[in-house]
Amino acid sequence: MSESSTTGTLARTPLYDEHRALGARIVEFGGWEMPVSYRGIMEEHKAVRTAAGLFDVSHMGEIEVLGPHAAATCQRLTTNDVRKLANGHVQYTLLCREDGGVVDDVTLYRVNDQRYVFCVNAGNIAKDLAWIQEHAGEATIVDRSQATALIALQGPAARGILAPLTPLPLDRLKSFRFARSEVAGLPALVSRTGYTGEDGFELFVDAPRAVALWTALLAAGRDAGLEPIGLGARDTLRLEAALPLYGHELDESTSPLAAGLGRWVKLDGEDFIGRGALLHEQERGAPRKLVGLALRGPGIARQGYPITCEGAQVGVVTSGTHSPTLGSAVALAYVAAALAASGAALAVEIRGRAVPVEVIPTPFYRRPRPAAAAAPAAPESTEGGPEQSAAEANPAVAAPAAEPELDDEVPAPPSDASVELVEEVPAGEPPAPAHLEPSTAPAPEEGES
Amino acid sequence: MQVPETLRYSEEHEWVLVADGVATIGITDHAQEELGDIVFVELPAIGAVLTKSATLGVVESVKAVSDVYAPVGGAVAAVNERLAGNPEIINEDPYGEGWMVKVTLADATEIERLMTAAQYRDFVAQEKA
Repeated sequence: MSESSTTGTLARTPLYDEHRALGARIVEFGGWEMPVSYRGIMEEHKAVRTAAGLFDVSHMGEIEVLGPHAAATCQRLTTNDVRKLANGHVQYTLLCREDGGVVDDVTLYRVNDQRYVFCVNAGNIAKDLAWIQEHAGEATIVDRSQATALIALQGPAARGILAPLTPLPLDRLKSFRFARSEVAGLPALVSRTGYTGEDGFELFVDAPRAVALWTALLAAGRDAGLEPIGLGARDTLRLEAALPLYGHELDESTSPLAAGLGRWVKLDGEDFIGRGALLHEQERGAPRKLVGLALRGPGIARQGYPITCEGAQVGVVTSGTHSPTLGSAVALAYVAAALAASGAALAVEIRGRAVPVEVIPTPFYRRPRPAAAAAPAAPESTEGGPEQSAAEANPAVAAPAAEPELDDEVPAPPSDASVELVEEVPAGEPPAPAHLEPSTAPAPEEGES
Repeated sequence: MQVPETLRYSEEHEWVLVADGVATIGITDHAQEELGDIVFVELPAIGAVLTKSATLGVVESVKAVSDVYAPVGGAVAAVNERLAGNPEIINEDPYGEGWMVKVTLADATEIERLMTAAQYRDFVAQEKA
């Protein structure tokens, strides 16, 4: 997030006036006045899938963990294996309570061995900060949320739009890597991450520079079809990609194992808060599983709608929408584990009417990738078993924007490009040859992993 | 925002056109704009008897579910079947092809209690303020 110049009780990002000038519909979201759409959710969704979209996600929080004990503190706080993070690497991970419930799902950036940064959900900033401080040990915690803006550039054309604006060699910045550099002459941290199911970047910038970065990107991308995208399409995009949203698929009463996030919970590694409870749950098997559903009748399933089997409630919808890409209604729902993969006849109750649903593999949408992208590593599921949900059976599920293999990779050797890239580069001193062609989006149609 | 002079309007943003004792009902241009892309419409059964202000149907956009209320009472004489497969027609032509139901009026005087175009424009302006 950033500059929370509050009006009444609602906060605004530094880009608020830009959104108004672009004709955005502004709504309240988690205490923020945010753009829900500019030209329409469907059109914006399509722009991200076919060209590129620009998102103001400055409401998200950035919390730094500093000092010689930073790594140990991050390890204790998170379910994933912090030791696998090299400088310039990002990891999807979870903060859990002692009982295994999810405090937040976050990304963790390793700048160096004494500086890690959590990027956290906007609605959870205060809670996360308190939680992290409470478990900081000897590490120093700094909340950078106020001072930091975050702009996401996502879509098949994202790389081609960004390349001419930055000296960073983007072909060397792999998924779930980041580097400090400049974009449009502005110091920025460029992260190859996102929340749309497309290739793309998230650009962290000091709040006072947000407007300059936003306008430069919009102008540079206009010919490539770049459009500003509101929270409405952000939600449909992430839902098609089956990426969890805190408050929907995840909350403090939800375990990451039930949510199908076992790949990011390293129960056989170092200790972390909640490990005991999650080990126990793993032994017994999670009582419910998150599954993807396709509606086989009219209507749209929304959060909170009951899932039934022969008239009895066996689950609940966490997110649902009309999928703009598929042209049909899809949903994520928790259902009793025994029914998750049983082929049992399930229905969603929509205003008293039982609409048949089918459990289908997630993600609902997977972007076309060049064949060279290679097959993902086999899912190293910590759960297994025939009751495994469709989601878990599918390695690409729920990796927030992930190449699923990435966070499981052996840390790159010190000579890895991203390591040198992440060293603080003085402004005006580009670290590397800018040899990228201005616009070569990955070739589609080449099959996917 | 279009507000045709020939129609009457409800505070829930439905419009009504009366001809020969039959009221054609839809949602206003303002309503469709507020909802955004409409992706699903649920309509009553033909023959169903609606009382004024009863739920007539449901309009869902990508983001939200909205009830549509009967601005006048009566028996449902026809529903716009095209909306089942093409709900976006409401976005494209809310006062024409995007009509939702036709109702045989139970009480013709109910029309008089709905807003005129001028009153509806003021109403929307006040809601926005």
